[in-house]
Amino acid sequence: MDSAQAYGYMLYFVSLMTMGGIYAIMCLGLNIQWGFTGLFNAGIAGFFAIGAYVSAILTTAESASHLGGYDLPIALGLVGAMVVTAVIAWLVGLLCIRLRSDYLAIATIGIGEIFRLILKNEIWATNGARGIAKIPLPFETLSEPWNKIGFMLLVLAVVAVFYFVIERARLAPWGRLMTGIRENEQSARAAGKNVERFRIEAFVCGSVLMGLAGGLMAHYIKFIGPGATEPLTTTFLVWVMLIAGGSGNNRGAVLGAFLLWGIWSFSEVLTGRLPAELAVKAAYFRIFLIGLLLQVVLQRYAGGILPERRPTTNKVA
Amino acid sequence: MDFINFYLIPGLVLGSIYALGAIGVSLVFGILRFANFAHGELMLIGAYTAYSLMQFTGLHPLIVLPIAMLFTSLVALGIDHTFYKPFRASKSTIVIVASFGIALMARSAVQIIWGVDTFSYSSGQIQMPMILFETLRLSPKHVWIVFSSIVLMIVVHVILTHTRTGKAMRAMSDSAELAQLTGIKTESVVKATWVLGASLATAAGVFLGWDSHLHSMMGFYMLLPMFAAAILGGIGQPYGAMVGGLVVGLAEELSAYPWLGDSPLLSPAYKAGVAFALMIIMLIWRPSGLFRGRVF
Repeated sequence: MDSAQAYGYMLYFVSLMTMGGIYAIMCLGLNIQWGFTGLFNAGIAGFFAIGAYVSAILTTAESASHLGGYDLPIALGLVGAMVVTAVIAWLVGLLCIRLRSDYLAIATIGIGEIFRLILKNEIWATNGARGIAKIPLPFETLSEPWNKIGFMLLVLAVVAVFYFVIERARLAPWGRLMTGIRENEQSARAAGKNVERFRIEAFVCGSVLMGLAGGLMAHYIKFIGPGATEPLTTTFLVWVMLIAGGSGNNRGAVLGAFLLWGIWSFSEVLTGRLPAELAVKAAYFRIFLIGLLLQVVLQRYAGGILPERRPTTNKVA
Repeated sequence: MDFINFYLIPGLVLGSIYALGAIGVSLVFGILRFANFAHGELMLIGAYTAYSLMQFTGLHPLIVLPIAMLFTSLVALGIDHTFYKPFRASKSTIVIVASFGIALMARSAVQIIWGVDTFSYSSGQIQMPMILFETLRLSPKHVWIVFSSIVLMIVVHVILTHTRTGKAMRAMSDSAELAQLTGIKTESVVKATWVLGASLATAAGVFLGWDSHLHSMMGFYMLLPMFAAAILGGIGQPYGAMVGGLVVGLAEELSAYPWLGDSPLLSPAYKAGVAFALMIIMLIWRPSGLFRGRVF
């Protein structure tokens, strides 16, 4: 193996860890919603897209083709992405959170669709189908590969921070209450808990992470448009990551994200070597196989790789 | 007259298509107790199967429809047996995740077999609309779609009210436990539900493809309006689903009519939002739907 080849492998590894990390953030978000609280969010890609667009609009240089840009520092762009996603998720929560899981699932699909329509059609703000380009990458002044490595470290640091915060929250009364709402809403209500408020809290917290992941992705690929990510594939991948890793388990969520992204990316490398005609079809074959993997996990290993472990209580009944 | 030609008639056509799809969504929801996210993909499979049959035989869509219905029913039964049956006893939320996966698997299967290009049932020639009373323009395919939908809905009505299976389906939709106590074989009712749902979905898919064209995302785009229609009519209420489908279809088309001033009331780009808004209003205001369906 010569040094150029080794360098190529190293860059590939860095991109794997970066993308895996971005998905891990979304996966932790879904874990708060579904794993802890039992809220079905099928509109992950919608919140992801909002975060991506907000951060892109805030940080790009002024442009005639879309709203802004306001040329703000990237950190502010990411904070803005989280704030805007939080506000939108809160509004969505007010509207939909009382719905039972089945209805919530349908409603979130609808919300994701409407976000997509808005981003595609409000050309004055988003430049429509042509998207927003020239989004700044952090550490841009560093030379390659250090800028990429720097970004990877940033993403991994974000994953680590949120892992510890969410793990802490899971063991705290807040997390136990969320599990209580998931397992038996009536008893949580009987215990005097404001179930709606806590469900909205979980929904907002999870969606904020999805927005943050969107912001990071926009900076990473330096472009965001309606076609940059296929919304259903993104949403679906995050779901498979969480279920395979272990719904309700934060370590499982992170592990699932890196593992599934590894499989997904590696299979793309393999199918990329096929002739063009077959390669297009192979892309759909990969989605089919990921779907099949989900079914196998659901039926045979319902807990995932790292099943949920409830915090033990001091009292023994 | 523009109102009738370009808003009311397309609304009725779309409404009939939604109604056919929504009956299946509503019955599956009522009898199997889960929101089947893959229902749009049954439409997709039905529509593409009909396309291949037409290519193969050169026959009219309405003639190949029964064969496509049969094929889609078999696919639905196979999916149910392999992927949904293991979860019959568990919490319904797990099945929704499974059906979400099935939807993507079914769509990618269609994309692998038929590719992602759009197809059309009509091979190029444009049928001239009939002109009635000098200003009313009726396209023959629209007449056929609405007429066939009405026939199919009458068939559904006869099945539900005059056959043992149909009565058992309604009983199970009302209360699965009571139905079981009276000796109804639940598994055979479940099978009948899938056959009925898949057949109607096939008809909806073929009509939609006939009205416009076939593409691999058509099933997904139908999902929201179909659920809106089913919820509007009341879950588990097939007649409610018919009315709900018409209401959603008409609302989507009529929302683009210039009711105030000269510009469309709502930009046609946001049509999909109409179904969503109707659904949310209904779920908050009256979750049991217009026809007093079940609330889960």
